[in-house]
Amino acid sequence: MSAKSHSIVMLRRNFKHIARNPTSVFNAVLMPIVIMLMFVYMFGDAFSVGVDYIDYATPGLMLLAVCYGLGATATAVNSDMTKGIINRFKVMHVSRGAVLTGHVVASVLTNLVAIAALVGVAFLLGFSPSASLLGWLGVIGVIVLLGFAAGWLTVALGLFAKSPETAGLASVPLVMLPFFSSAIVPADKMGPGLREFAQYQPFTPIIETLRGFLNGTPSSGDVIPALAWCVGIALVGYLWARSTFTKRA
Amino acid sequence: MTSSAIAVSGLRKAYKDKVVLDGIDLDVPAGTIFSLLGPNGAGKTTTVNVLTTLVKADGGTVRIAGHDAATQAKAVRAAIGVTGQFAAVDELLTGQENLRLMVDLSQVPTRDGGRVVAELLERFDLTDSAQKPVSSYSGGMRRKLDLAMTLVGNPRIIFLDEPTTGLDPRSRRTMWSIIRDLVADGVTIFLTTQYLEEADQLADRIAVLDQGRVVAQGTPDELKRQIPGTHVRLRFTTVAELDAAARVLTDSTRDDEALALRVPSDGGTASLRALLDRLDEYAITAEGFSVQTPDLDDVFLALTGTRTQEVSAK
Repeated sequence: MSAKSHSIVMLRRNFKHIARNPTSVFNAVLMPIVIMLMFVYMFGDAFSVGVDYIDYATPGLMLLAVCYGLGATATAVNSDMTKGIINRFKVMHVSRGAVLTGHVVASVLTNLVAIAALVGVAFLLGFSPSASLLGWLGVIGVIVLLGFAAGWLTVALGLFAKSPETAGLASVPLVMLPFFSSAIVPADKMGPGLREFAQYQPFTPIIETLRGFLNGTPSSGDVIPALAWCVGIALVGYLWARSTFTKRA
Repeated sequence: MTSSAIAVSGLRKAYKDKVVLDGIDLDVPAGTIFSLLGPNGAGKTTTVNVLTTLVKADGGTVRIAGHDAATQAKAVRAAIGVTGQFAAVDELLTGQENLRLMVDLSQVPTRDGGRVVAELLERFDLTDSAQKPVSSYSGGMRRKLDLAMTLVGNPRIIFLDEPTTGLDPRSRRTMWSIIRDLVADGVTIFLTTQYLEEADQLADRIAVLDQGRVVAQGTPDELKRQIPGTHVRLRFTTVAELDAAARVLTDSTRDDEALALRVPSDGGTASLRALLDRLDEYAITAEGFSVQTPDLDDVFLALTGTRTQEVSAK
């Protein structure tokens, strides 16, 4: 059997998990929507961002939605590790990375579901992007790439953590990081120190890229750093996951 | 012709500066049960991890079914089945789905999958619970399912790491009879345990592991000859009584600290009555009286001169 068919078997297992334990998906899908409603209705009018707040915030909330799905992935990977399931697969004649690939793909698909729901609600709230079909494809491409990169990093965190609780905790920085980017308010409105952090952290160019695609005016000054960050995070996550997977028994 | 299913020589493993395995030599002929006996922290699980390609050894050679565990790990994995110390079952799936998962990952042709799963459920008496999620299973059922999952694909060499630790006596006996059936089919079994009785019941050969070294190896009978047999332990309240009893029972060994005497005995009623009559004859009263059969602790006392000590695992 090939690595690909083993990965599909593992992905099917992940889907069954999600179907049996839907709370984690509710979290990933509903929380970003709750946050969206909160910011748009409670704070939205108080921020002056130059455009309709829903149009400003939606790209950032898309990224937030990706991050919210990661906690469940980290916990699931860690529970496979600590309960001996991964060791069981490792001593079988099974292609080595299949179980991890299954988790990453499941995580990316959860992200896409969460973002579809989020964008649906955004349209109800008056979201009016001027993106062409190509722009939307760009948005989907960036989200899949980000989900893939963050997914591998989260899988590595999950393998590395001592217990499911610490694994869940380890993903909290990823959930918090979007708040310290241009997701909710523009970076240049933040205080000194935080402003610089927000400008240079990886999520800001990614969000600006999404904004660019949705406005129909992507700037290469954002797209190139965004892609570079995604590829870098994916590479670090993948290599870390692979070495932890091989070492830890 | 008998060939070695498992051949280990000079196996070493250390974690940082802590030596876990200090030169282990083992040889397990095909079709036999071999038991690695030892207390917690002796290195049993590390041995299993190295033999099953989970962990790389620092030194020595390991050959499983003729393949080198370090350089031909894939061939080794194709030949073995492993049941770890803690039932590694997927709690969110049902028993049947767990087995199906193993079938889908194994070399079993898809069209035979359903039959293989049904047979294993039947054989392990899990058919009634097959559609229930494993999270609702008892400890004994999980272990059975775990072993059933290991058997998918018919491995010829099976590693069982403490398969009955934490099971109630009835589930333990069920597990024993399953293991015996496997060997009857010609499977080789490498079993670790901390129970002397389990090794005695199942194994053709036993190796006793202590602090990373094999301190004794042989058939259960050979080992039992090396350890103290059944004896009677008498406890007294005063040194004077102990002295008096020791004078009467000349073949006994005394333990002054505990005010106790150890008298060799077969534990049968006739010899016990004779012993008590003799004490009565000299008007000696013992405060306490117990018949002791050798346990793992006695084995270690006899073989290493130290009591088993709990060393933190890993």
